[in-house]
Amino acid sequence: MPKSYTKFTSKTLILPQKDIDTDQIIPARFLTATTKEGFGEKAFYDWRYDEQGNHKDSVLNKPETKAKKIIVAGHNFGCGSSREHAPWALTDYGFRAVISTEIADIFKSNALKNGLLPIIVSKKTHQKLIAHEQELTIDLEAQAITCADGENIPFDVEPFAKICLLEGIDQLGYLLSKQDKIKKYEASVA
Amino acid sequence: MKPEPKSLYDKLWESHLVTPETEQSPAVFYIDLHLIHEVTSPQAFDVLRERGLQVACPDRTVGTIDHSSPTLPKNADGSIPYTNDSARSQVEKLEANCKEFGIELNGWQSENRGIVHVIGPELGHTQPGKTIVCGDSHTSTHGAFGALAFGIGTTEVGHVLATQCILQRKSKSLSITVDGNLQQGVSAKDLVLAIIQKIGIGGGTGHVIEFRGNTIEALSMDERMTVCNMAIEAGARAGMIAPDATTFEWLKNRKHAPKGEAWEQAVADWRTLKSDEGASFDKYFELNADEIKPMVTYGTNPAMGVAIDENVPNADQKALDYMGMSAGQDMIGTKIDVSFIGSCTNSRLSDLEDAAKILKGRKVASHVRMLIVPGSQVIKKQAEALGLDKIFIGAGAEWRESGCSMCIAMYGDIVGAGQVAISTSNRNFEGRQGKGARTILASPLTAAASAVSGEIADPREYLNA
Repeated sequence: MPKSYTKFTSKTLILPQKDIDTDQIIPARFLTATTKEGFGEKAFYDWRYDEQGNHKDSVLNKPETKAKKIIVAGHNFGCGSSREHAPWALTDYGFRAVISTEIADIFKSNALKNGLLPIIVSKKTHQKLIAHEQELTIDLEAQAITCADGENIPFDVEPFAKICLLEGIDQLGYLLSKQDKIKKYEASVA
Repeated sequence: MKPEPKSLYDKLWESHLVTPETEQSPAVFYIDLHLIHEVTSPQAFDVLRERGLQVACPDRTVGTIDHSSPTLPKNADGSIPYTNDSARSQVEKLEANCKEFGIELNGWQSENRGIVHVIGPELGHTQPGKTIVCGDSHTSTHGAFGALAFGIGTTEVGHVLATQCILQRKSKSLSITVDGNLQQGVSAKDLVLAIIQKIGIGGGTGHVIEFRGNTIEALSMDERMTVCNMAIEAGARAGMIAPDATTFEWLKNRKHAPKGEAWEQAVADWRTLKSDEGASFDKYFELNADEIKPMVTYGTNPAMGVAIDENVPNADQKALDYMGMSAGQDMIGTKIDVSFIGSCTNSRLSDLEDAAKILKGRKVASHVRMLIVPGSQVIKKQAEALGLDKIFIGAGAEWRESGCSMCIAMYGDIVGAGQVAISTSNRNFEGRQGKGARTILASPLTAAASAVSGEIADPREYLNA
């Protein structure tokens, strides 16, 4: 069961590239694993390691990055493959939120089910957040980001996903509670 | 009062609502067909076991092995030539899960094995009006039949296994109308690459696309699947095409298609599956097919495309650096190392026939490795019955068993670091075909012409030569 999503404060990690696809977040050759654990080591693998497996000069290899829980990314984060291994890798690495001007549909849906909050902001807000690393407080309950300078940035989140995140419950329980309705539907179309 | 005109998407959305969406909660949305494969399902089956749940509708669930399964033939002793133990263990896990939960698996023993988005239609599981999901973004392929089909994550694979439903909010709609005639040497792949180039890699995000217009109506089913397959490359939730006589003709007599009176009734129902006159969409885009030329990509996402006779644009420098390209350089004449024909985008019989048109009586350039991988074992047999395998092997290409192969490069079929591959697959992301691999997306005609030439070549010059 997921943990409940509480208010937190963290420095941001800036990944300014547009269109960061899920093949970058977790390359396909690592997808033969059959559990959800341990993908953090492989997150952004080809950005972090060279052919021989040695560390490249990447911000993702810096020890201080491990403490950062918020990614501020370029437009259209998470496009491409539907692999849920992408949010598994990011949360295992330590991230709890991704902020961008656009986040791909399937990635967004997967992220919300794994305690990784996708936040869409306006271009203007994005410019401010991507300009330099800064400390942000994310309060899901209030649906607001608070910047170090005190600015409060409201954001939208799908109400049902919000409840699931806050209460640390998953959606399967809700679906299972609808089984009578599902059976009725099946009977009506049979 | 006349009823409000509805789009095809509206109709499929409404007919699959178990409970409608409200402000507070998404709709409980019914899924008619769930396709599963080895990569995105094991963790979902674990959830079922942890909670003591069964698969709600094994008869609406179909499995195959494609992503981690090797495309080399079996070893002499009958064993499977897995590249590593984790690929083997993943495939074996799917075999065990399907057995435990009573799901039909088109596995190693099945003549119907193949890429999930190729066999769904081929076996007649994919039908107009169905809602179809799979833990794979290219599930959009099945929209070619007037189905509403989209990729989901592994958590949702678990939801569908357990309840046959997922929680959904309705997407926006995007109408893409293509009129005119595709010119000789210009294929459905070029059409969809041109669309993505124009609307952008995020141009469809949040939307379900309906492809319409007389160009779309004139496409074969193979071609429609290629177009819908790549709807996701513009970020769309799904791509769909209204079913018509072409669709019905293609599906008739397929293994799981309705038979006899049930077929007649199904076709009568399917004929209603089209957008009503006057149905409105959230966005519109139009394109003239006459103007489309063979397309190739120069960069690191599928929207970075140009007509083959154009130059590399002055674009994203990071992408050009990765690709080893310079702005202003001609695309034609760019040296290639690998030509790959395959993937859920372009591995169907007509794709292989296109490649054979070019390769017949010609040789693959000596420095080029050409790999041709049919989308299913059925297509492999059909191609061999037509003698295509002899043309491919005679030209110096490798001819394989079915699978995702070099499109996702999860095992042996990999493009080397720094190598340039012209590929009929769907993604040219950094490292997609192997660490450091450089991918140029193209049609089967262009990939075959380039294999012969050893550098990017215009297929139109080969077709009548």
